[in-house]
Amino acid sequence: MSAERVLRVLVAEDGAADRLLLAQIVRRQGHEVFTAQDGEQAVALFAEWRPQLVLLDALMPVMDGFEAARRIKTLAGETLVPIIFLTSLNEHDALVRCLEAGGDDFMAKPYSAVILGAKIRAMDRLRRLHATVLEQRDQIARHHHHLLNEQRVAKAVFDKVAHSGCLRASNIRYLQSPYALFNGDLLLAAYAPSGDMHVLLGDFTGHGLPAAVGTMPLAEVFYGMTAKGHGVAETLREMNAKLKHILPVDMFCCALMLNLSYQRGTVEVWNGGMPDGYRLSASGEVLSTLESRHLPLGILSPERFDDSTEVFALALGERLLLLSDGVVDTCDDQERLFGVQRLRQVLAANRDPARLLQELMQALERFGGRPRDDISLCDVCMVEPQWQAPMPMPDAEGARSSPLHWSSHFELRGESLKRFNPVPYLVQLLQEIHGLRPSGGLLHTVLSELYANALEHGVLGLDSRLKRDAQGFADYYRERGQRLARQDDGFVRIDLDVEPMAGGGRLKIEVRDSGAGFDVARVLSGQRQGQAFSGRGLSLVRSLSQGAEWLEGGRCARVVFCW
Amino acid sequence: MADMHIDPKILSDLQEVMEEGYLQLLETFLEDSERRLSQLHGARSAEELGLAAHSFKGSSGNMGAVGLAELCRQLEERVRQPSLYGIEDLINRIDLEYLEVQRFYCAERARISAG
Repeated sequence: MSAERVLRVLVAEDGAADRLLLAQIVRRQGHEVFTAQDGEQAVALFAEWRPQLVLLDALMPVMDGFEAARRIKTLAGETLVPIIFLTSLNEHDALVRCLEAGGDDFMAKPYSAVILGAKIRAMDRLRRLHATVLEQRDQIARHHHHLLNEQRVAKAVFDKVAHSGCLRASNIRYLQSPYALFNGDLLLAAYAPSGDMHVLLGDFTGHGLPAAVGTMPLAEVFYGMTAKGHGVAETLREMNAKLKHILPVDMFCCALMLNLSYQRGTVEVWNGGMPDGYRLSASGEVLSTLESRHLPLGILSPERFDDSTEVFALALGERLLLLSDGVVDTCDDQERLFGVQRLRQVLAANRDPARLLQELMQALERFGGRPRDDISLCDVCMVEPQWQAPMPMPDAEGARSSPLHWSSHFELRGESLKRFNPVPYLVQLLQEIHGLRPSGGLLHTVLSELYANALEHGVLGLDSRLKRDAQGFADYYRERGQRLARQDDGFVRIDLDVEPMAGGGRLKIEVRDSGAGFDVARVLSGQRQGQAFSGRGLSLVRSLSQGAEWLEGGRCARVVFCW
Repeated sequence: MADMHIDPKILSDLQEVMEEGYLQLLETFLEDSERRLSQLHGARSAEELGLAAHSFKGSSGNMGAVGLAELCRQLEERVRQPSLYGIEDLINRIDLEYLEVQRFYCAERARISAG
């Protein structure tokens, strides 16, 4: 029989004839036999030869079977070494003693070869089953350890990626469960070259590693495009296309993305499938909600993806609260949801904005009884514009190969005006000029302003005075979308002219549009009266450049940089 | 007469199991039994007497000496009772029974040795 394995069997029996008989029975069944005539010898032989099965006489001189059994079981540790007590004991309590000392079975005298053989086989099955269980337990423990280690490594790598942004900025507060990443939660923030801040709170479907893998490419697109100065819409389009391409059909990413413009005092919002965000006053009242108006990222094909955003005014000290669905979906022990009502109660009860996130976490723990692992909270506050040191671009070529005498003419017409944002590409081009590299952020801001003015006030003929209050703001951006969709014969032309000068150079930017122009003198004087939202762009451009003027009846803006 | 003292089924099983070792088993049992008997006679306490009876019961049972094993069992039980009155009688019967068993196994040994 192939199942019949050769075992090392210890026989401990004080009667010489019984020992001889028993050893012979066991040996005839194909096993290797060690014999002992008392308990002490049995324990010593066990320690030396590690037999896999022990036949033990209960009553022996020197050390009896009960004590020997206890010692053998201790020596065996986790390994199951079955002990069969050899006994003609027939009182119940003696049999109980055998079991309590660690015995696994009995064998009564007179010995029967057939019964003993069957018992040895049964005990061997038990022994092997036990060994398999131990082996599998260890294997599971190893796998578990391995998995935890992988998660630690993945988390360390990811924390590096996630925190390469500006989550530490003084106006951001956030809380995330330690392993929220492995529930697919993702929180990213980065400065655009203009000084605007992009924030993204995402939530991938699923749990564990599958939920976490999609976060890497998403973060890559977010940081890459934000750093190059692309806007929210373009970045979202790119993220959607990328996720659509790489994720399986049942996986997608709910996301809420913000562009906070400290210069303009506005926030641009796109919410696809995330819970409502909240726009809060400085004292914490809910001003409005940032509702989901789109499908999550990674579902729609690029042609069908809707990148339209909403723009809100956000005054100094006003804040945005973003949260993942783990917050409102936290359950109590009766499976009731924490829900929006309770969330709003916490918001209403809050007195110190700095403590809001902690108060929310405490409320969740009180309600749910245990902390969940998929909670992300982020609170971003509108602050005074702050210039970030621009990220230095890789400078392999050095100053000598820098092109210093050239001009470029760039004109966008009709359809292209609806979707294409030329600013990042132009800034990229100007970064080729060594002397302009430290001014990448400035150039981005100025070009963005000039382009936005040319498009919105020039081509689309929108009146910036509309933006004097929050309602006007919303109207303005709605109107912008409608007029942009209708227009098909406008243009914006951008001329760049670079000349070398002693020790540096000069860049002249001219932006022309197909619009009706404006009363330059009146608008510039209005600037000095300090209107709330409107016309900020012009004074901003003037403050950032060495020379700014408006020509051709307001249809051409000319700005000069020297270095 | 052998039927009363020795179980022939056990005996034939023993011979089959032991093969070449059968002779050695007979000799070992005879030697071992002498030691058990002297333990019975030399016991200084009821406990020692009981232990010796228990061991002798086991080995004689294994050897098919059913009568001897039964007497040893009675002795083992008897020493647990508070009064040891009449116990010598039981030990004497064990001695007598062993003489029968010894005679039988000596004959068996001679038979096997003669081959």
